[in-house]
Amino acid sequence: MTTAATDQPRRRRFRVSRRVLPYLLSLPALLTCIGILIPFLTAVIYSLQRYRLSQPWARKFNWGENYLNFFTDPAFWNTLKVSVTYAFLTVTVELLLGLGIALLLQKRNRTNNFISIMLLMPLMTAPALAALMWKLMTNPGFGILSYFATLLGIQDFNWASDPQTAMLTVVIVDVWVYTPFIMILLLAGLRSLPPQPFEAAALDGVPRWFVFWRITLPMLTPFLLTATLFRVIESIQQFDIIYAMTQGGPGDTLTVFQVEAYLNFFQSTNVGRSAALLMILWAITYVLSNIFIKNWLRLREKQRGNA
Amino acid sequence: METTSPVERLLRGIAITLVCLFFMFPIVWIVLMSFQTNETILRVPPSVIFAPTLENYTALITGKLETQAGTLDIDFMGNLWNSLFLSTASVAIGLILGVPAAYAFARLKFRGSEDIAFTLLSFRFAPPLLVLLPLTIYFQQLGLANTYGGLIWVYQLIVLPLILWIVRGYFEDIPADIEYAYRIAGHDFWSTFRRIALPLAGPGIAAAGLLSFIFAWNNFVFALVLASADKQPVTVGALAFVTASGIQYGQVAAGIVLSIAPTFALALYAQRYLVEGLSLGAVKG
Repeated sequence: MTTAATDQPRRRRFRVSRRVLPYLLSLPALLTCIGILIPFLTAVIYSLQRYRLSQPWARKFNWGENYLNFFTDPAFWNTLKVSVTYAFLTVTVELLLGLGIALLLQKRNRTNNFISIMLLMPLMTAPALAALMWKLMTNPGFGILSYFATLLGIQDFNWASDPQTAMLTVVIVDVWVYTPFIMILLLAGLRSLPPQPFEAAALDGVPRWFVFWRITLPMLTPFLLTATLFRVIESIQQFDIIYAMTQGGPGDTLTVFQVEAYLNFFQSTNVGRSAALLMILWAITYVLSNIFIKNWLRLREKQRGNA
Repeated sequence: METTSPVERLLRGIAITLVCLFFMFPIVWIVLMSFQTNETILRVPPSVIFAPTLENYTALITGKLETQAGTLDIDFMGNLWNSLFLSTASVAIGLILGVPAAYAFARLKFRGSEDIAFTLLSFRFAPPLLVLLPLTIYFQQLGLANTYGGLIWVYQLIVLPLILWIVRGYFEDIPADIEYAYRIAGHDFWSTFRRIALPLAGPGIAAAGLLSFIFAWNNFVFALVLASADKQPVTVGALAFVTASGIQYGQVAAGIVLSIAPTFALALYAQRYLVEGLSLGAVKG
């Protein structure tokens, strides 16, 4: 009897806290992040206003005008073109290169493990610092890469300061930093594939290229898709590398979304246009990240099932 | 079973060498540069034969930069300290806030938990400037502009989603039965959490902490927008340093080496956690 009596209040207290507990546990984290939602809503309002820091008195709602102006604004179309080109080039090269390296290092042995750890180092470098490293190497006066270019017979190869090669240069830096990410993801994917289909194919003497196209690649597709989406989302928002390397220059060659928005805000102090640009970028990444997260959750479930 | 011809092995060897060359050369070259004087850096053709000097590093550490225009005071050590302080404090706070929340999401399914977790994760993919630009104005009004507190708060945007999702995965992998058994033995919720769940998810918490430290350290745009010189971490400081020091390339290289060394050391130390953390737990390493 006595045990039942002491049990009763304890169980009731437990039931009450049981309902509140999860909220209690996650509330601090939520509050920290909700603080972030306020600037987000502010940005939405800014994007609907005529708002220049230099003319605060002229601030008023112009509703969709910032967005409508984009249709006839060549600078906006340039931003869109540059961002998409950048994302397309970097992700394509990184995917091909990353897949190639992952296939080369597929076999588990000491050398391959050592190489794959070494190859992670570019990914551990801050992108802004990586851009500085490449800036030192492509300096026209003493840069080692400029020297290599002259050895190849190309005089005055100006890398990031020439509008013709600026895109190439920042793409190389991006490839240097982020290929290891794709490599490591695909390497883990390759090593998690079940061995049976490959053993069967080897027994039947199936040619290697056929195995690659018909077994390896299809089985690797979920990993390829995850890696690609993840990189596209990050790449279309690239800021660090481009800003540290050229600040969007020369001219408007590299004014991708975030760089253009940054320059609009701090240099031309056109807050309205800057916010509208970022809203469009947000819409693009929102759609992509929703696809990505669903895809990634499915992959995670599947991997857990295997493990 | 798999027979490889000598030709194929040779081609593979060449391919791997080229890959290593491309990814390792910049790091090696910058390290070499950091031990050279400007005279040897500016030699044409460049050469790897030089008398190594530590003067670039001593200049950075003492904060006195010799230029043609005279001695210039630089506070690169201050930048390094800011990086260390901002990253450590952000990760510590991120873990305190994030680990209990991760446990709630993993173990106590509650109404809206999936939606909230989803929203938190999507912060990781939103354009940072979208939040940062309005924040510059708010921070000025709140008096948070150029304070460590304000920066650490904003750094939670990088740190928290990472911690939440990695640690959540680890909590989900612990069989709930162990905790139930401990609870039935008469222990309350907190001691179960502390004595059973936390130690079992220990590796995950360590992985999340190390990775979010690296991400916080490598962040550039947050501090570029919200911090002035005295609060800037190395990523932003190095960029300003390039402009200030003009043509002291050896010191710029030494600065870069000092800035990337900590993350490299951590990465080597914690390599086995990297794969899983980087893919937000999508792939087991």
